[in-house]
Amino acid sequence: MTRAPHTAPDPHPAAGPHRIAVLGAGVMGVGITALALGHGVPVLLVDLDEERLDRARDDIDRELRMAQLMGRLPAAADTRALHLATTTDGVGDATAVVEAITEIAELKAKALADISARVRPGTPLISNTSSIPIDELAGHAERPEDVAGTHFMNPPYLIPTVEVIRGARTGESTMAAVGALLDVLGRNQVVVRDAPGFVTSRVLHPMINDAARVVQEGTATAEAVDALMEGCLGHPTGPLRTADLIGIDNLVDSLRVLHQHTGDEGSRPCELLLDKVRQGQLGRKTGRGFYAYQEENR
Amino acid sequence: MSSFDTGATGTTEANEATEKEILRFLEARTKRPWKTDTDLFASGGLSSLFAMELVVHLEKTFGISIRGADLRLDNFRTVTSMTALVERLRTAAAGGTADA
Repeated sequence: MTRAPHTAPDPHPAAGPHRIAVLGAGVMGVGITALALGHGVPVLLVDLDEERLDRARDDIDRELRMAQLMGRLPAAADTRALHLATTTDGVGDATAVVEAITEIAELKAKALADISARVRPGTPLISNTSSIPIDELAGHAERPEDVAGTHFMNPPYLIPTVEVIRGARTGESTMAAVGALLDVLGRNQVVVRDAPGFVTSRVLHPMINDAARVVQEGTATAEAVDALMEGCLGHPTGPLRTADLIGIDNLVDSLRVLHQHTGDEGSRPCELLLDKVRQGQLGRKTGRGFYAYQEENR
Repeated sequence: MSSFDTGATGTTEANEATEKEILRFLEARTKRPWKTDTDLFASGGLSSLFAMELVVHLEKTFGISIRGADLRLDNFRTVTSMTALVERLRTAAAGGTADA
């Protein structure tokens, strides 16, 4: 297992090797865990849902293999340094905690309150969210200065850049620690100010909503919309294939947050997206969204 | 994997059966015909995400495990390269004899 060079002997006594805790074994929790394991960082993955946790090891193994197939992670990466737990009891010795639970502000706030009582002061608490303002969450932690935001894209091993959100109360040392962790994970960071949807979701999600609306209105099929956005405008995967990758339920949650916070009508989730959520067609993770996927390759 | 057991019929026939199955899967999933030497991931071809589908399918269909250094996109670039990989791993799994 190769590590990034700067994790080698570190003169600073408090900055030993990284070992992180990840909360939530959903799509992003699994992806961030795979990214960390692939860079030699041990992970404690916590999810209250035992069934989901049972699936996580296989999901992570598949994601590591996918990353290897793409030449994005070393061939030796495996899940030996992965520990699973249904409670947060063991997070105390983590060097950073990444919270990647469901995109609902109350749940995230509750998780941060719980975690901040269990870790050493100064341990960065990283809320991974696509749209919830970080300062809203930070207020629930014992030390708001320890809380920062990240917005990893899916899949994390494939996308080289991470949007990092500095909340109004985020401390300098927290920002430095987040930057150091992302270095070890081989990601570039772009730091932005706190706002609903930050930059990427604020721009991308209303666009995907519009792409779905175009399909809803019968102007074009999903395939045609993606083909145009890819072929004419250089979008790498097409907005609707991207929706399937994000998870249509997550997308709708994010659009609701944007709509509530900005009042932008373009962010009100369109009927077709809501229909898909009602029908359980959530995208790649359920095998069907705007496109159909092989069951074994969710 | 039993339906693709080659019995004692030799490598060429085994390769043909493997090739045929891979082509069938590709055409069923992509709804277009492919040649055995077409680069699937060249421009205008399939997304590299599809490669993982191929990995999973080959493992299930042929009872092999594709790991470590074999997890390279180049191994999945053409039907021919996938066939070679499958035959190599099946031979290895069968104890190193080509006519198991």
